Amino acid sequence: MNTSQPTIKSASLWVTNSVFIGRSLRHSIRNTEALIMAIMLPVMLMLLFTFVFGGAIDTSGNYVNYVVPGIILLCAGFGSSSTGVDVSNDMTNGIIERFRTMPIQAISVITGHVVASLVRNLLATGVVIAVALLVGFRPSANVLEWLGALGVIFLFILTFTWLFAAIGIVAGSPSAASGYGFILLFLPYLSSAFVPTDTMPSWLQGIADHQPITPVIETIRGLLTGTPLQQQGWIAICWCVGILLIAFLWSILAFRKRAGRR
Amino acid sequence: MRKYAIEVKGLRKTFGSQTVLNGLDLTVPAGTIYALLGPNGAGKTTLINILSTLVAPDEGSVRVAGYDVEKEKDGVKRSISLTGQFAAVDDILTAEENLRMICRLSGLSKEQSQVRSQQLLQQFDLTASARKRVKTFSGGMRRRLDLAISLVTSRSVVFLDEPTTGLDTISRRALWDIILGLRDQGITIFLTTQYLEEADQLADTIAVINDGRVVASGTPAELKSRIGGEVIELSDSKDQVIRTIPTYGNIHDVSRTLQELSHTLPKDTQVSIRKPSMDDVFLALTTKQEMKGAIS
Repeated sequence: MNTSQPTIKSASLWVTNSVFIGRSLRHSIRNTEALIMAIMLPVMLMLLFTFVFGGAIDTSGNYVNYVVPGIILLCAGFGSSSTGVDVSNDMTNGIIERFRTMPIQAISVITGHVVASLVRNLLATGVVIAVALLVGFRPSANVLEWLGALGVIFLFILTFTWLFAAIGIVAGSPSAASGYGFILLFLPYLSSAFVPTDTMPSWLQGIADHQPITPVIETIRGLLTGTPLQQQGWIAICWCVGILLIAFLWSILAFRKRAGRR
Repeated sequence: MRKYAIEVKGLRKTFGSQTVLNGLDLTVPAGTIYALLGPNGAGKTTLINILSTLVAPDEGSVRVAGYDVEKEKDGVKRSISLTGQFAAVDDILTAEENLRMICRLSGLSKEQSQVRSQQLLQQFDLTASARKRVKTFSGGMRRRLDLAISLVTSRSVVFLDEPTTGLDTISRRALWDIILGLRDQGITIFLTTQYLEEADQLADTIAVINDGRVVASGTPAELKSRIGGEVIELSDSKDQVIRTIPTYGNIHDVSRTLQELSHTLPKDTQVSIRKPSMDDVFLALTTKQEMKGAIS
């Protein structure tokens, strides 16, 4: 057997990344419960907000137009949060040590999870928008505005996925990662996602107006349904890029620091 | 071929206020099986982590396959494979997918990966389960797959951290055969184990570590002879061992020991005299008090 054993060369960064992306995509497809949950939950929430709460919140009957951008973000946030669990699963399993002791860039394993999360969540976003159109969502956006909105959604998913990836790296266990993620998932409820912030008590309004979710939602809402945009677009992009950079650096440092410890 | 696969001199590692490795020295001749024994917390896993570049040493020189573990990490990584305490396999993928993934990451082309995976599946008797998800595998199958993955490309040093923990006897013996086969191909195996019998059966050299230092090393026979000649074992009427006492093995020492004991123990106590086992060696080397007197 020894003679047939090929000698090791280093895999290129391109191959390493594509192998890890392929791995994470396989994981996504095989984890059917999580996949169904990631798509079903936002759809259920949308139906709930449109048909159950919608009438009470906004009696004009146009609530669906208001709430869809919020549901899209809630869905994206929820979908990204499973990255934390996936990453933590790897970090607390012997497999990470195997990757680290190979002559490859081991952090590519995280890149794989991030890319798979982007693919999963863009698909889920597509499903949510399709269902929204079915239940009466009537966007006024032209092609450019659609592209802009999709761009912001993409950036938001990327940002939150990296943030959850970093949480997954530092968390002690997958369930801890899931717990931390849960806290972040409250952010959309404290934003303009479901009700305008001026209906909230003033102290809460201060929080809701100055947290990253509100400008992102207002941007998507403005682009899709023509509500006034003002500076929201730039504020949203600044929030996302800022958090993304921090999350990215945090995950690289945490990944290095965690070597040899599980 | 290099004479030593692993050379460690004066290795120190502390975590916070806790000194885990305290001036550890060892050398592992190339192409041999080296077993590391020690009680829990003796620093076995830390040592393996340092040897496999996962953790940086605080002090000392550590060379694996001729490469410095700090300055020449890539050289070390190209020469070793690590099989950790828990099988490092991907549960969600199939056995074949696991192998192909590691083949690709080791720089093989898609076609080479395919061929190599099939060879390894066959060699490790996993062909029938190649397309099953690893989640459904038994402990023995996971370990076999784990080892197969470690051997995707030729490595001169293979680290096995407790390779047979949790396996049944049959799987354990099958794994032993594989490990012995690897040595016959010239691969150096560095393993830790809790099973003294395993070290006894497999290892060319055994090192016992305690408090972050090698307290004894040698062939299994050498270690056994170090703890003296014979062991007196006393059992009660129900055949339960109640005491083991190491002796120098000469008539004077044995009879004196028995004489003293005959006053204090019941009349039906059974006496047998046997060669020391690895258990006796281990206990003698890792417990500080009474038995230490018997080590020559």
